[in-house]
Amino acid sequence: MAGGAGLTSAPPLDRGIPDFLERPGPSPVHRLNPLTKATLATVTAVAAVALGGLVGPVVLVLVAVILPAAAAGVLGRLIRTSLLLALPIAVSAFLVNLFFFPDGRTVLVEVGPITATAEGFGFALEILARILAISGAVTLFYLTTRPAALVIDLERRGVSPRVGFVANASVQTVPAMVERAAQITAAQRARGLDTEGSVWRRIRGIVPIVGPVILGSIAEVEERTMALEARGFTRPGRRTLLWTPSDTTFERILRWGLVAALVGLIAVRVTGVLR
Amino acid sequence: MSLQLTGVGYRYAGATAAALLDIDLLLGPGEVVGVAGASESGKTTLCLVAAGLAPRTVGGQIRGTILLDGEDVDAWPMHRLSARIGIGFQNPATQLSQVAGTVFEEVAFGPMNLGVPRNEVVSHTWAALETLRIENLAERDPFRLSGGQQQLVAMAGLLAMRPEHLVLDEPTAQLDPEGTRLVGDAIARLAAEGASILITEQKTDLLAAIAARVIVLDGGRIARAGTADDVLADPGLAELGVAPPAMHRLRRAAADAGVAPGTLGSLDG
Repeated sequence: MAGGAGLTSAPPLDRGIPDFLERPGPSPVHRLNPLTKATLATVTAVAAVALGGLVGPVVLVLVAVILPAAAAGVLGRLIRTSLLLALPIAVSAFLVNLFFFPDGRTVLVEVGPITATAEGFGFALEILARILAISGAVTLFYLTTRPAALVIDLERRGVSPRVGFVANASVQTVPAMVERAAQITAAQRARGLDTEGSVWRRIRGIVPIVGPVILGSIAEVEERTMALEARGFTRPGRRTLLWTPSDTTFERILRWGLVAALVGLIAVRVTGVLR
Repeated sequence: MSLQLTGVGYRYAGATAAALLDIDLLLGPGEVVGVAGASESGKTTLCLVAAGLAPRTVGGQIRGTILLDGEDVDAWPMHRLSARIGIGFQNPATQLSQVAGTVFEEVAFGPMNLGVPRNEVVSHTWAALETLRIENLAERDPFRLSGGQQQLVAMAGLLAMRPEHLVLDEPTAQLDPEGTRLVGDAIARLAAEGASILITEQKTDLLAAIAARVIVLDGGRIARAGTADDVLADPGLAELGVAPPAMHRLRRAAADAGVAPGTLGSLDG
């Protein structure tokens, strides 16, 4: 067991658990239990797909994404982030459905051999609404939840810390890779790599950046694994938790209610009652 | 409390040559042993082997025996070893847990994993932060710190685990002189409380200040071993890719210039 030596005689000012760990979030949405917010995000995303059409997903976006985001004071960031997340998929899905919808009859525009149809346009809007509902729900969750809080909450409920670690580390890896890519780009440009100009030049410039970013990340995995092992992460048994996010009976009922509503919706869709 | 390596050799998986050969090393209680050597001389490998990560996590083949307080650790799982031996790496970014939202939680990560009672986790964490004078960073996001600050946080994470033995692989690589001094002070304090410490360093000035004994590795073997004074004053050190401490360089330069030894004052003391 640790504790035999090492700073044991250092006179720690026992300040107790720091306030900032348990400090309540700035809005009621921030203060919701992380599992409640995760449930809301999941139910919104799945329901948008299950509902289909245009009105259902749009109403979902308004009620489950825009309103809570406005209440949490993160509407501007939510719009920017979720659009950034969804844009590449949304644009390609929109264009493909607009121009290549198989049952398109009513021609809107003809551009050479390809034709945009009204039916394609309608279907593309439906797809767009679903994509925005999914990206908005996920973004709202991450803008109002500390990833560490979700990990702790799941752990308290008996989920292995490894599950939480994988989920959290995946999210944390994205900004780390972006930063690494920026550093490598700067280093490669300092050595004469041309990453500006025509599209072809830009594409050629990506190749010597992507390789080091991916290989560097892979190389770091071993060291990260060793660091985790050395800090006792693989020890069997429960870890000590410093704090746990609050949870209320209302939120528990809300979560089960959301799940039940989703199950009901899927059942209705599968049985064909709602057409 | 001792860490003893006897006849230890190690080869990485897939490698044709051994990275370490015939290493005999004893770290007694409260002893700081410095390891110097050129790049690829085996310093990091020695750290991995001494801390038990090689071959448990890294793979490869090991021979010889490693005794921790007289017990053979060959069959110990890593989590059992990690409660007794702490290891710090050169790159602080890879030592961050990735699940802590604040520096406080990051430093507390190790003792939390070990199941240390909550109030002890908190007091160990504050003590470690205070030792390295980074308590002002407690609320910060560890990912938004400079490399030097991250290195101090990683070091604090080790201290909070209260290891009986500590293995440090160039812990001051990214630190400024003040950070280096703080880490040096923390190591000296740990040693004074009985921990045995193995530290690899390019900064031989730090080794001269904190290590009682120094070994120099060359091609995976111990090329020099002895008291820090003797080894770091060895004129053949540069041939092994190790820069002598400033004190010894100055002394040698003075001797070459014909300055009488007694005139260097405290350097001769």
